[in-house]
Amino acid sequence: MDEKFDAIVVGAGPSGNSAAYLLAKAGLKVLQIERGEYPGSKNVQGAILYSDALERVIPDFREDAPLERHIVEQQMWVLDDESYVGNTYRSAEFNKEPYNRYTIIRAQFDKWFSKKVQDAGALLICETTVSDLLMDGNRVIGIQVDREGGAVYADIVILADGVNSLLAKKAGFHPELDPKDVALAVKEIHFLPQETVQERFNIGEDEGVVIEMVGKITQGMMGTGFLYTNKESITIGVGCMLSDFKKQKTTPYALLEQMKTHPAIKPIIAGGEMKEYTAHLIPEGGYKAIPKICGDGWLMVGDAAMFVNAVHREGSNLAMTSGRLAAETVIALKEAGKEMTAANLALYREKLDDSFLMKDLKKYKNMPEILHSNPQFFTTYPELVNRAAHSMLTVDGVDKKSKEREIRGNFVGKRSLFGLMGDAFKLWRAFE
Amino acid sequence: MHIVVCIKQVPDSAQIRVHPVTNTIMRQGVPAIVNPYDLYSLEEALRIKDQYGGRVTVLSMGPPQAETALRKAISFGADDAILVTDRAFAGSDTLATSYALASAIRQIEKDIPVDMVFAGKQTIDGDTAQVGPGIAKRLDMLLLTYVSKIRDIDLENKTITVERRAEGGVQVLKTKLPCLVTVLEGTNEMRFATMTNMFRAARHPLKVWDKEKAGIEDVTKIGLKGSPTIVSKVFAPTPKSVRAEIIDTESNQPKDLAVTLLAKLFTKKPDLAKDIAKNAS
Ligand SMILES: Cc1cc2nc3c(=O)[nH]c(=O)nc-3n(C[C@H](O)[C@H](O)[C@H](O)COP(=O)(O)OP(=O)(O)OC[C@H]3O[C@@H](n4cnc5c(N)ncnc54)[C@H](O)[C@@H]3O)c2cc1C
Ligand SMILES: Cc1cc2nc3c(=O)[nH]c(=O)nc-3n(C[C@H](O)[C@H](O)[C@H](O)COP(=O)(O)OP(=O)(O)OC[C@H]3O[C@@H](n4cnc5c(N)ncnc54)[C@H](O)[C@@H]3O)c2cc1C
Repeated sequence: MDEKFDAIVVGAGPSGNSAAYLLAKAGLKVLQIERGEYPGSKNVQGAILYSDALERVIPDFREDAPLERHIVEQQMWVLDDESYVGNTYRSAEFNKEPYNRYTIIRAQFDKWFSKKVQDAGALLICETTVSDLLMDGNRVIGIQVDREGGAVYADIVILADGVNSLLAKKAGFHPELDPKDVALAVKEIHFLPQETVQERFNIGEDEGVVIEMVGKITQGMMGTGFLYTNKESITIGVGCMLSDFKKQKTTPYALLEQMKTHPAIKPIIAGGEMKEYTAHLIPEGGYKAIPKICGDGWLMVGDAAMFVNAVHREGSNLAMTSGRLAAETVIALKEAGKEMTAANLALYREKLDDSFLMKDLKKYKNMPEILHSNPQFFTTYPELVNRAAHSMLTVDGVDKKSKEREIRGNFVGKRSLFGLMGDAFKLWRAFE
Repeated sequence: MHIVVCIKQVPDSAQIRVHPVTNTIMRQGVPAIVNPYDLYSLEEALRIKDQYGGRVTVLSMGPPQAETALRKAISFGADDAILVTDRAFAGSDTLATSYALASAIRQIEKDIPVDMVFAGKQTIDGDTAQVGPGIAKRLDMLLLTYVSKIRDIDLENKTITVERRAEGGVQVLKTKLPCLVTVLEGTNEMRFATMTNMFRAARHPLKVWDKEKAGIEDVTKIGLKGSPTIVSKVFAPTPKSVRAEIIDTESNQPKDLAVTLLAKLFTKKPDLAKDIAKNAS
């Protein structure tokens, strides 16, 4: 007997869970398929959760979600080989509830989220891979899984299968990913006693710190490093564009190993018990790389649709937001008795365009190109900034004016005056 | 043919690490799995069902999370699942565990008579291999351990013929039903669940039994009270300090290498020459 659902959601990450939760809550018959052993089993550890996006799906999530620490301090480091120049923002405002950002462990968080989805009434099947979309002409009518008797039908299939959606590629909705549009990131978790974490960062019991890093740690490649504090562990990682890894013939693992020996980073993680690496792709092509996101009988959400704001390291919130808007679209069409046609589903695109998601991605649409063609942002500048700081902070009998002159000379020497002005202009335009 | 298969949920030992410095077990995020040995007995039971017809009921005692293990068994084709869970069972050793499981099996029998009980050879966490035999004794069932193959079941005469791995060979044993079988690893390979069974597993209403429903008569025989075993210490054995040695000779000819190696062996074990001489005579 064929199984038929109102909606099938492929994937149980933040995007799929948001969509499945809202659809099930609205009373639709929902099937969710996840290829991992359980939701979260395939997901990288340690991340930042942005409350707002989740609040709009599960308003009272703070009651039982596995949250590690709320963020009270953000640091930005520009690193040279031996040093870094940084800025810090810490505010007592961040200690007022409701908190805006948290650190989470994705494996636990995804499990919690999935429990909510199942409690809302969606049927979850794990350890099952969707291998194909079932088509009737141009219309998606269901899915085929890698098991005997694996055809399942639905009015709408929501592709929430993450970056590098093989399904979308197979169905021809999506071209092959361009290595310059994806970053490869590695993370690891270092377990430390709770008190040690708090002492090292000068934070209280539930407070957390985020450190973003750019500079020599990426060895000239376009990318960033990051470090978050969890309850009893520290997440550390680095990511660079896949195209750069290919060019430089380095591996992300080697990069992370090198990064951990940096004199500013080493003492922070010293003595931690390391849990293994996890490597994952991040779609960072931005606005210009967004594929077709809906058609007859299907919608695409989250990483599958390239919804990542690389500049601000936001991903899961875009995933949850797109999942929510997809669900709202489907619910609205159902209620109006309308079919899941491409024309009707265009409502999803409208909702996205109206939201912060598309607005932010549009704002930074030129960022990837600028950074790709201007590697000095990751090499020359960090070095110069660090040298400048070092010079100014070394008291050696040289007057400050001469020091300034030397610093200016260094900048112009490494990069022409026009180059400097051009870079400033490019960045300003990109952030404008 | 009604077979009850006992399964235990265990931490995936492949993912447990012992901290090199503190020697403590790093439990963080270790996923729970069905005891791998139990999958062989489940698959064997399912094959019997496929061949002779009947019913497979899976039974587990454990915390509420053990539900996942039972659902998994249903996805492979088990017909029904019972989770025996109650705070009163906490801290059970093999004696208390087999008491509780035997009592639950008696309750199952009240609905449908049980022809066979299957258990794994042992678990990967407790490793005692005592629970199967413990259940058999309590239910007064004949016991077949280390079964590597089920040759035949005679439905009419209610007998079973199996191959049993024994020291120095394989025994072929025939016995009357009901009996308890513990299945050796490598006996078979677990099937890949069909989508129909995946749906059934996701929707199946599990039976959850507390100590009353499991028919526990004597509460002093379960949980910590019923468990005379005391784990006084858990530790990781210290790794051997002996190091591999690289032998290098000037010529690097096989003959020279062999001579150097032998010389080393004889210096390390002074009695070796004597022993060889003794054995040779
Ligand atoms: C190193 C790293 C650090 C990050 N840090 C942050 C951060 O701090 N904050 C933040 O907001 N974002 C962060 N992100 C981005 C964030 O992880 C993603 O944007 C987010 O997970 C996307 O959610 P998703 O549901 O679209 O996809 P995913 O979370 O990737 O989920 C997709 C799911 O679909 C399943 N699946 C795939 N194919 C199939 C198939 N064929 N059949 C069945 N199931 C399938 C997968 O197993 C997976 O569970 C980070 C990413 C990386 C790699
Ligand atoms: C070193 C050590 C430490 C222990 N520590 C604890 C502890 O801290 N807390 C605690 O509660 N217990 C503890 N125990 C008890 C033990 O882990 C079990 O709960 C139980 O007694 C089963 O023993 P076993 O795992 O050796 O099973 P075995 O006798 O090796 O299992 C054989 C077969 O019996 C069946 N079986 C076993 N257990 C179950 C079950 N629960 N449900 C269904 N079928 C089952 C399975 O088919 C299994 O393959 C410990 C035991 C040891 C040896």
